[in-house]
Amino acid sequence: MPPKTLEQALEGRRSQPHQLIEVLQDIQENYGYISKEAMQIVSQGLGVPIIEVYRVASFYKAFRLKPPGKHVLTMCTGTACHVRGSRLLLDQATGQLGVKPGEVTSDGLFSIEHVNCLGACALGPIVTENGSYHHHMTPGKLRKLIETLSHQKAEDKANV
Amino acid sequence: MSRLNSFRELEHLREHLREQRKDITTTVMVCGGTGCQASRSQAVIDAVREELSRQGLGQSVRLCVTGCHGFCEQGPVIIIEPGNIFYCHVPPEDAFEIVYQTVKKGEVIERLLYTDPGSGERIRTESEIPFYRAQDRQILSQNRMVDPCSIEDYIVAGGYSALTKVLGGMMPEEIIKEIQSSGLRGRGGGGFPTGRKWHECREAPGDEKYVICNADEGDPGAYMDRCVLEGNPHLVLEGMMIGAWAVGARKGYIYVRNEYPLAVKHSRIAVEQARELGLLGDNILGTSFSFDVDIARGGGAFVCGESTALMSSVEGKVGEPRPKDVHTVVDGLYHKPTVLNNVETWANVPAIMLNGSSWFASKGTPGSKGTKILALTGRIKNTGLVEVAMGTPIRTVVFDIGGGAVNGKMIKAVQIGGPSGGCLPVAKFDLAVDFDVLSEAGSMVGSGGMVVMDEDSCMVDVAKYFLTFLQDESCGKCLPCRIGVDRMLEIITEITEGRGKPEQLDLLEELADTVAQTALCGLGKTAPNPVLTTLRYFRPEYEAHIKEKKCPAGVCQALITYSIDPDKCTGCGVCLQACAPKAITGEKKQAHVIDVRLCQKCGICRSECKFDAIQVV
Repeated sequence: MPPKTLEQALEGRRSQPHQLIEVLQDIQENYGYISKEAMQIVSQGLGVPIIEVYRVASFYKAFRLKPPGKHVLTMCTGTACHVRGSRLLLDQATGQLGVKPGEVTSDGLFSIEHVNCLGACALGPIVTENGSYHHHMTPGKLRKLIETLSHQKAEDKANV
Repeated sequence: MSRLNSFRELEHLREHLREQRKDITTTVMVCGGTGCQASRSQAVIDAVREELSRQGLGQSVRLCVTGCHGFCEQGPVIIIEPGNIFYCHVPPEDAFEIVYQTVKKGEVIERLLYTDPGSGERIRTESEIPFYRAQDRQILSQNRMVDPCSIEDYIVAGGYSALTKVLGGMMPEEIIKEIQSSGLRGRGGGGFPTGRKWHECREAPGDEKYVICNADEGDPGAYMDRCVLEGNPHLVLEGMMIGAWAVGARKGYIYVRNEYPLAVKHSRIAVEQARELGLLGDNILGTSFSFDVDIARGGGAFVCGESTALMSSVEGKVGEPRPKDVHTVVDGLYHKPTVLNNVETWANVPAIMLNGSSWFASKGTPGSKGTKILALTGRIKNTGLVEVAMGTPIRTVVFDIGGGAVNGKMIKAVQIGGPSGGCLPVAKFDLAVDFDVLSEAGSMVGSGGMVVMDEDSCMVDVAKYFLTFLQDESCGKCLPCRIGVDRMLEIITEITEGRGKPEQLDLLEELADTVAQTALCGLGKTAPNPVLTTLRYFRPEYEAHIKEKKCPAGVCQALITYSIDPDKCTGCGVCLQACAPKAITGEKKQAHVIDVRLCQKCGICRSECKFDAIQVV
């Protein structure tokens, strides 16, 4: 289970600088990103200078420094997915949503990310939406997926 | 379960567990690996479990949720023993029939069998499937019988007996000698002799030493480490324990990619279970050996595959490599002697200890022993994980196991070894999977990623892909890699966009050579390989981009145009509906046309057309 609070992420790890990446992973798992406040608390908790915390958080691809969209679309751009046309998928998502990888749409609904490999190469090209896998994707299927997810939002609103 | 305090207690537990299972007549193995889970295997697992209990078979039939079987594209996969019956693409709705027909009555359900794409025949058993038949699955086959979350399964299958053999009667020097004479070489990339690494670490001064398992698997297009760690984590742990005993380490780390959530979860569970049984911790099985393992999650940086960068990341720092004037076997994690081996390397250790070095060395070539797991992917019929004896020709892997190209296309090349490896043309397919042979040809075994490319793959685009990847992943510490890769990418981009000049090819080669010779770490030193091998074997493709401003494979967007073949187009209107910029026009049942001025080359029409009428030239 991911820890519920920043304090829990630090529990049992205080004053252990080598736990920095582990703590940041847990925080991201829980909050979706690493905020400035989180970095400050982690810096104090582990005894790591804040600049070092920022350096690590910004060095590794796994960490987001801004909140992600409600639906995180992750395109696998590994070699196997690439030769099966993953670039067209990235173009489709960026074109349809009007944002670049790493950005969030203005309604906060979508963000696009890419990952080097998800290790499911046999099923490529792969796109994940909040961690659930969509395999053998084509630009057309992706467009429909994005449309469906956008409509979900409209329906949610109608139900409120 | 309570802590085991001696070898006898472990053996007793093993016998006890086997006794408990003696009434089991049938085992239903459902793959729960990442690939099959992506194909919704969890629903199949739940449905089969429910059916077994509903039909009163809960006691005599064991449902084993296993790790990856390697043939991911056929998922969800079920194997039923005895009988070795192999069902693929199993929907959850078929659970009743599988349990009723096959498990209860022993009848085979034809429609769930695998169909050989070559002959069109349905194949009944796993071992008869061509994809499996030509393999030598020493490590992968062990995934079949164990639930990765069950230490009991591993013990029943004979697990941890290599550890007891070693702790009970082998001196550390003897173990190292055995590994040395087995000829085992590192499976992660470099192919460094494992025994030598262990020996140097054992000899290094200091009491505090470490062993690390590299499960960061940064190579895009390779996933054998995921499969092994996720499917059989205790095998890797046992290997690490033996290594730790041999070199004198009391602490180990598994450095695993966070993008592999199942591997993280399963290795954590395995460590907990081993601690509970006293297989990790102080005085393991009542001996003087104390050893513990922690899991460190990676942060998604390819450079962390480099040993010094990886160690720096385990320490919680930025993963930047440092000069290796002193090797990590002497000055490694926290500046202490450290052995770093890849998942597959560790997984080979228990069997070498049990069966002896000469058994291991009986497979392979003079310089490369044992088997190697390859991730066979790309534009090929059978994609999946393949384990073959070292020395197997590439041709056997691509055509006999992989089944050749899809849709009647021609296979053009295979990219071996990830971003540090190279592309080899079909003319080189008689070369063997062997560390030395492949590196002579300009490629490398690397971690074993094998991406097959056909006539629709542009080799200049492939080189550009790897350079983009490496530019993104370069940590930026040393200049040759930071600037050199950038400049190479700049040139290749110009070529793919039709602005290339003939003299740039020489410049590209010169740059590649400089980067290879002057970069700080392995990432930079090998970064030019994809460029150098594509230039060496596919120069005419580069020339077509530069001189004719054409991309022969129809990939590089600036050089291609989309059109519709009027003979194939049925006028169904699907592409017209799908085209966002409204570049396609045409009447119903009449051939449609694409207005090239409006076309954004997004490829949606091509993916939607059922008649293969969209042409890209």
